Amino acid sequence: MSSGASVSALQRLVEQLKLEAGVERIKVRPAPASGLGVSQAAAELQQYCMQNACKDALLVGVPAGSNPFREHRSCALL
Amino acid sequence: MCDQTFLVNVFGSCDKCFKQRALRPVFKKSQQLSYCSPCAEIMATDGLHENETLASLKSEAESLKGKLEEERAKLHDVELHQVAERVEALGQFVMKTRRTLKGHGNKVLCMDWCKDKRRIVSSSQDGKVIVWDSFTTNKEHAVTMPCTWVMACAYAPSGCAIACGGLDNKCSVYPLTFDKNENMAAKKKSVAMHTNYLSACSFTNSDMQILTASGDGTCALWDVESGQLLQSFHGHGADVLCLDLAPSETGNTFVSGGCDKKAMVWDMRSGQCVQAFETHESDINSVRYYPSGDAFASGSDDATCRLYDLRADREVAIYSKESIIFGASSVDFSLSGRLLFAGYNDYTINVWDVLKGSRVSILFGHENRVSTLRVSPDGTAFCSGSWDHTLRTKNYLFVSLQVWA
Repeated sequence: MSSGASVSALQRLVEQLKLEAGVERIKVRPAPASGLGVSQAAAELQQYCMQNACKDALLVGVPAGSNPFREHRSCALL
Repeated sequence: MCDQTFLVNVFGSCDKCFKQRALRPVFKKSQQLSYCSPCAEIMATDGLHENETLASLKSEAESLKGKLEEERAKLHDVELHQVAERVEALGQFVMKTRRTLKGHGNKVLCMDWCKDKRRIVSSSQDGKVIVWDSFTTNKEHAVTMPCTWVMACAYAPSGCAIACGGLDNKCSVYPLTFDKNENMAAKKKSVAMHTNYLSACSFTNSDMQILTASGDGTCALWDVESGQLLQSFHGHGADVLCLDLAPSETGNTFVSGGCDKKAMVWDMRSGQCVQAFETHESDINSVRYYPSGDAFASGSDDATCRLYDLRADREVAIYSKESIIFGASSVDFSLSGRLLFAGYNDYTINVWDVLKGSRVSILFGHENRVSTLRVSPDGTAFCSGSWDHTLRTKNYLFVSLQVWA
């Protein structure tokens, strides 16, 4: 690789890192770096899971028959 | 990553000093010139400002990286699985192959669901792109691309078109027509042009725009109608292998993963990288947003999958086992985000409990490496594609406290 390319690549990297370091300190911005602690971020992920668990067919299963991929089974009434 | 600059032996007049010498191609402001060696070296240090040297730039980059790590560490008070300790453990899972889609003559490389939760588009190494009805396993459309290794394919949100590409370095859009007299290949529209292979593509919220990722290290946003480049995303240091768009409620961002081991989150409007994560130890093959849009998962050749939270700005979970030594090629979440399905190069699919970090199930069903995996839009099934030439649609039977006799 020519050294010319690596100089400009490094300059871009430094600019990008400066930008990211700046983002870190602004805790007021809503997203992406609102500076949430992991405990709070994790709690929100967990809450989303719990709220939507009942709708998740792969998690809780759906009543037989309402699942389009399940084979139709016929029951014989004697 | 292969070096993309070539030394060409050309002898001629240097564009700078005009002396007759052996010339090297040199790029100045994206214009290609031919410089002799001494002029090329002078140009290499041209871009430096006063007091800057290569060494000082490198050390500045290192110290900034260190500062970022410090800031992130301050917010790291606890692990995700600790927070999730009180959550009920998941019971036994039994997921069975419900459908097998046979028809590709060669390795299946990519697949995507249609929003109608029923149709699937898949692409393979032999250049074939097939649209299936997953309920009936019928093939509805088939087209042969002019290139092999069609590594990317996507269904348009309307269900009326598909996009695909690979070694042809392009992304082409094919409108789907049920008219038997029409040749699908005739209506093909070339949209994206990269300088290396296309690794991933996705329509945005409409049929009008496509996002692409390429082996040339960039991602790009294109207008389908005109083929115009709307925005390009530079920052990866190597091939970009995957991308995923944020769920619509969270706005205009997407995440990409590459051979540089980095996952980067981009703002689609400005083209800026807003967050980057570099904790994987090898190529990142697949990235997928958590359904809420606040996090994303990645699967890598380092045999781990990881979860990154965007607001905490760090990795919050790692899904790995000592017994898993093959790379993860493809990941996707179940509807609620509780389960993470990951396809591996050891032919298995592992199902992980996202919150607790433990594996809940292994699915054996393929006879070669699993290359692609997507959960259907309504979460009732997921489809996995493999190098063993088939697609299997799996669904699931929950077993909890039942005694089988």
